[in-house]
Amino acid sequence: MLTTLNPRIFFGCAVLLALVFTAVFAPWLAPHDPLTQDLLYGSLPPAWSVGGEPAYLFGTDTLGRDILSRLIFGAQPALIVAVAGAGLAAIIGVSLGLMAGFRGGWIDSSISRLVDVWMAFPAVLLSIVLVAILGAGLGSVVLAIAIIDWTRFCRVVRAETMQQAQLDYVVSARTIGFTGFQTLTREVLPNLWPLILTLFTLEMGIAIVVEAILSFVGLSVSSDMPTWGSLIRDGRLYVNQIPWLLGLPVLAIAITVLGLNALGDGLREALDPSVRV
Amino acid sequence: MNSSSTVLDIAQLHVAAVARQRFRQRVTMLLRDVSLSVQAGEVRALVGESGAGKSMIVRTVLDVAPVGVKILSGQINLLGLDWLKTRALERRAHLGKDIALIPQDPLTALNPVLRIGRQMGDLLAQHLPLDHNARRELMLQWLDAVQIREPMRVLEQYPHELSGGMRQRVLIAMAFSCKPQLILADEPTTALDVTVQREVLALLRQLQRQHQTAILFITHNLGIVAKLCDSATVLHSGMVLEQGSVAEIFSNANRHQAAAYTEALLAATPRYDRPGEMLTPVAPEVTTALRQKAAAFDKRYANEHRIQLAQAD
Amino acid sequence: MMIGPGATEQDIAQLKALYGFDQSLVMQFWLFLQSALSGDLGTSISLKREVTELIGERLPLTIELSMLAIALAVTLGGLAALLGTYARGSWPERMLDSLIGATIAIPDFLWALAGILLFGIVLAILPAFGLMNGELRFTPATGFYLTEALLTGRFDVLGSMMVHLLMPALSLALPLTAIIARVLKASLIEVMGQEFILLARTRGYSRWRVLLREALRNAAIPALTLTGVQFTFLVGGTVLIEKIFGLPGVGAMAIDAVTNRDLPLIQGVVLTFALIFIVVNLLVDLLNAALNPRLRGA
Repeated sequence: MLTTLNPRIFFGCAVLLALVFTAVFAPWLAPHDPLTQDLLYGSLPPAWSVGGEPAYLFGTDTLGRDILSRLIFGAQPALIVAVAGAGLAAIIGVSLGLMAGFRGGWIDSSISRLVDVWMAFPAVLLSIVLVAILGAGLGSVVLAIAIIDWTRFCRVVRAETMQQAQLDYVVSARTIGFTGFQTLTREVLPNLWPLILTLFTLEMGIAIVVEAILSFVGLSVSSDMPTWGSLIRDGRLYVNQIPWLLGLPVLAIAITVLGLNALGDGLREALDPSVRV
Repeated sequence: MNSSSTVLDIAQLHVAAVARQRFRQRVTMLLRDVSLSVQAGEVRALVGESGAGKSMIVRTVLDVAPVGVKILSGQINLLGLDWLKTRALERRAHLGKDIALIPQDPLTALNPVLRIGRQMGDLLAQHLPLDHNARRELMLQWLDAVQIREPMRVLEQYPHELSGGMRQRVLIAMAFSCKPQLILADEPTTALDVTVQREVLALLRQLQRQHQTAILFITHNLGIVAKLCDSATVLHSGMVLEQGSVAEIFSNANRHQAAAYTEALLAATPRYDRPGEMLTPVAPEVTTALRQKAAAFDKRYANEHRIQLAQAD
Repeated sequence: MMIGPGATEQDIAQLKALYGFDQSLVMQFWLFLQSALSGDLGTSISLKREVTELIGERLPLTIELSMLAIALAVTLGGLAALLGTYARGSWPERMLDSLIGATIAIPDFLWALAGILLFGIVLAILPAFGLMNGELRFTPATGFYLTEALLTGRFDVLGSMMVHLLMPALSLALPLTAIIARVLKASLIEVMGQEFILLARTRGYSRWRVLLREALRNAAIPALTLTGVQFTFLVGGTVLIEKIFGLPGVGAMAIDAVTNRDLPLIQGVVLTFALIFIVVNLLVDLLNAALNPRLRGA
């Protein structure tokens, strides 16, 4: 598969690596502590414009906290939410999808019906209501993402499983005496990993956006630990005075989403060249 | 128009599919030095098996060749015009009016979401300076001429509501409606039931005689050639093997190699006056020899014109 | 949450009785449905007014915004698809494909924020907040701001509103535009390969004419069902977009309702959105039948 390395995968991987790197090494990368307030230096413009300080490259927010540092530290919740949220959604969706696709019958129809009804709800509204019920915090956000978007995994995995179940190797597995569960996990699932991986990368992008939206609405982490969404919320309020407070996180999220999407699309293309996205 | 004028004259036409293969432009020859002509009022058959290039000739003349297919050299003289040098805008003025196509599959040849009347009407509106009522009159007349029984109803119907035979009649009507000088018929009866085939062929013959339209009739059915056509061109591997009047083609089947194919074709045709006879398929040596001839042609041509042939992967 | 701290046991009990919280969850829902069907959605706790009234005031604007967005999406997306199909095989087409791919990935609220930054701050050519210029006074009787302004000839108000709604509508429209462009283009290309298109070309019709008059109706059909489904996402997007741009619609109210834990209002808004989705799905089915004669039944 390395020979099919196309520019999308390359770009996507680069973005993903940058995100991980930033999140892991945030304490060393960030010039300041993201929580330290310095009211003397509040609402500073970026270092290159009039009134800016070289110490605060992109300026500070109203409480004197360095914007760039907050952005860098914001990569941490972003990554956590992306991986955990997408992961949980994957676990739920893949399990149900496997069951529906393998068993068929009433299990399939009930799960399919559930998926249809679930997908009819508007995601934004649902997530907001959910987190309002569950209470603020990163855990709720992760749970909300999984609850809303597991259907994405379920549908695709179900379709693939149904196809795979017709193939010979599955039948022969049954004849050796594998139980259904063993067949699923040892024979079918390994064939689905590439597909699941593709969906996972796409889901990560979605998770980051959902977290940003929830932060924006005030329903994510409640401490003043920075998330990109909370930066956007403050930035929106003070967009006329400190535009970079909005601009940086928007850029960060946009690049991350584009990168993860490119990775997902690139992987999908590499898996099935007949599908030209 | 006197009967000795030529309606279509194709001279030394070379057509190929051009594609990028391993970083170079590579060429797959489709038509190899094809020359044929059709006189006014003549019905000429274009005979050959699938893949011989018959449809490609038609599509090239009508300017609807698939993407990637290019004319390498040759001349097409149509209705007295140097067709290949004519500008697209001018060509469009003639397409549908002076030269028309009867397609092979009536099911897919009509737009499924538009009514018959709208499809016919559009064609007439494109080429004839008539008002709405005159157009409607003309459409009804033509539907009547192709023996459709309830023309007014048919005008309001959609293609999927008509039978295959009726659809083909509609297409025939559309082809004839602007009184073209030349009609290209691409196996118009192949997709029809046998009983319907005979009716449609009879209809075609009648209309042709009535309007003295020249027809280039693509077929692989020699029975049709014998009954309907004045002359024939035999094609294989994009090369013209032999041409002549129907009488010549059918009687000279003994002479040289090119005719060996025709002879083989004739021998492979079931004959109703010899019902018990065993069918002899076209001998593989004949087709192999022809393919080798084509390959040799390609090499010569490629060398002469410094182009790269496509390689079979 | 709904009552201040320092409330006594008795107050809490009273409040519970008033809102029916002392009954089981199922009972509560049933009571809610009953009153909803009779037009009574309860009273908003945070805004202290009838929920039906509140929704009635703000829903029309959300509808108008959504209509505007979908009109933009269909026009821009359709145009992009047509141009892309016409330019098939050339490099502009491939660029268009990449552009579409990138546009699909970005969610509507990012477009909104980027728009605010670019057009509102950097270029400063578009307003980034509110429905109209602060000096103008206009209160519609029905809540249909745009329509009423148009019908009563208040073109100054109409103009100001259109300028204010441009970015919100565009933010909502862009993801749908990209989807429409992609799906319609794929559909058009497929249709253009069919036999009857070939035949149309042999009749002297120009390529544009064939594309528009013969291919489009065939290609629009599959594109349409998908658009219909995606439209519900667009309406869902109004929630955030209205909040970002400070527009007095139902969506912004939804967010406030949730953050304020205003249960009656939340219920009312969720019900409203659910109804909208049902209606939209119905309309899409009707449109589908209208365009595709084969679906109309024997």
